[in-house]
Amino acid sequence: MSGRRIVLIIIAIAIVVAVYESARHASHSKGARPGAVDSPAAAFTLQDLDGKPLSLASYRGKVVLLNFWATWCTPCRAEIPQFVEYQNRYGQQGLQLLGISMDDDVTPVREFYQQFKMNYPVAIGNANLAESYGGVLGLPVTFLIGRDGRIAVRYVGATDLQVLQQKIESLLQAK
Amino acid sequence: MRIFIPSVLILALGLFSARVAQAQYVQSPSELAPGSSQLINPDDLVTLLQSTKSEKPLVLNVGPSILYMQAHIPGAEYIGAGSDKQALDKLRARVKSLPHDQLVVLYCGCCPWSHCPNVRPAYNQLHAMGFTNVKVLYIANNLGTDWVDKGYPTIKGQ
Repeated sequence: MSGRRIVLIIIAIAIVVAVYESARHASHSKGARPGAVDSPAAAFTLQDLDGKPLSLASYRGKVVLLNFWATWCTPCRAEIPQFVEYQNRYGQQGLQLLGISMDDDVTPVREFYQQFKMNYPVAIGNANLAESYGGVLGLPVTFLIGRDGRIAVRYVGATDLQVLQQKIESLLQAK
Repeated sequence: MRIFIPSVLILALGLFSARVAQAQYVQSPSELAPGSSQLINPDDLVTLLQSTKSEKPLVLNVGPSILYMQAHIPGAEYIGAGSDKQALDKLRARVKSLPHDQLVVLYCGCCPWSHCPNVRPAYNQLHAMGFTNVKVLYIANNLGTDWVDKGYPTIKGQ
């Protein structure tokens, strides 16, 4: 095989690889499903139970545990005392818990907040927000968002709290 | 004779208790155990909804409104979360004029089946009103996993 032919083959292979990588990158960035792991967490601003603005952007640089829950959801109720504990234990290291209640009415949420001594902001969610996180069609749904604002993990249903805690610690260590 | 009479009484009491227990079991709709005849699987409901021959069920959503707005079964009417008294009042009003043999399908899908707080009160309500042809859609995990992700028909909005 002549040298010229080898060079042409190498160029052809390089072109094919470049086109393939370019197409793969384009489809990855365009087709990323909302709420998918590695995608940017959707920005939102809601009002917390005290009427104050609750904006995800204001927690940039922290590790955020975003929990979609409801007062009538048994697995959610079981998790929340542990989340309160996480906020106490890891808050100083940069963890921020945020609760998005999917209750239809705020009254039971306020009562629950007091009863469970919740120590992190809670807001009432809506369908648009749920869809921007890939749909919340069952509860609980929990996201861990890294310091870079990207979704690190998405848990549907009751989480394995041991696994969740390990992941929180791992994300907190990543600067 | 001294032993015979108490023995008969104990036996009669035992039989009566067993009968009551059996009656309570039969009449206890709140269990809605997986596999029971009161349930309908997603596959079967889709077949029923798509059939041109079968009787069309009245499909009622008894879950939270945020879930309904994101995705619900086409044609399903929104009642409200069955754990809420106001929703049960609305359910009563909705079916009041219907014949008691009307096929009604209830569903929620908010939570894993054993934890759903909504379908059992709604089912019990219809049962107490005398409805005899009520099914509950069996959603093992949640509506997303067991209905939407499986590609069954879904629409958004109110």
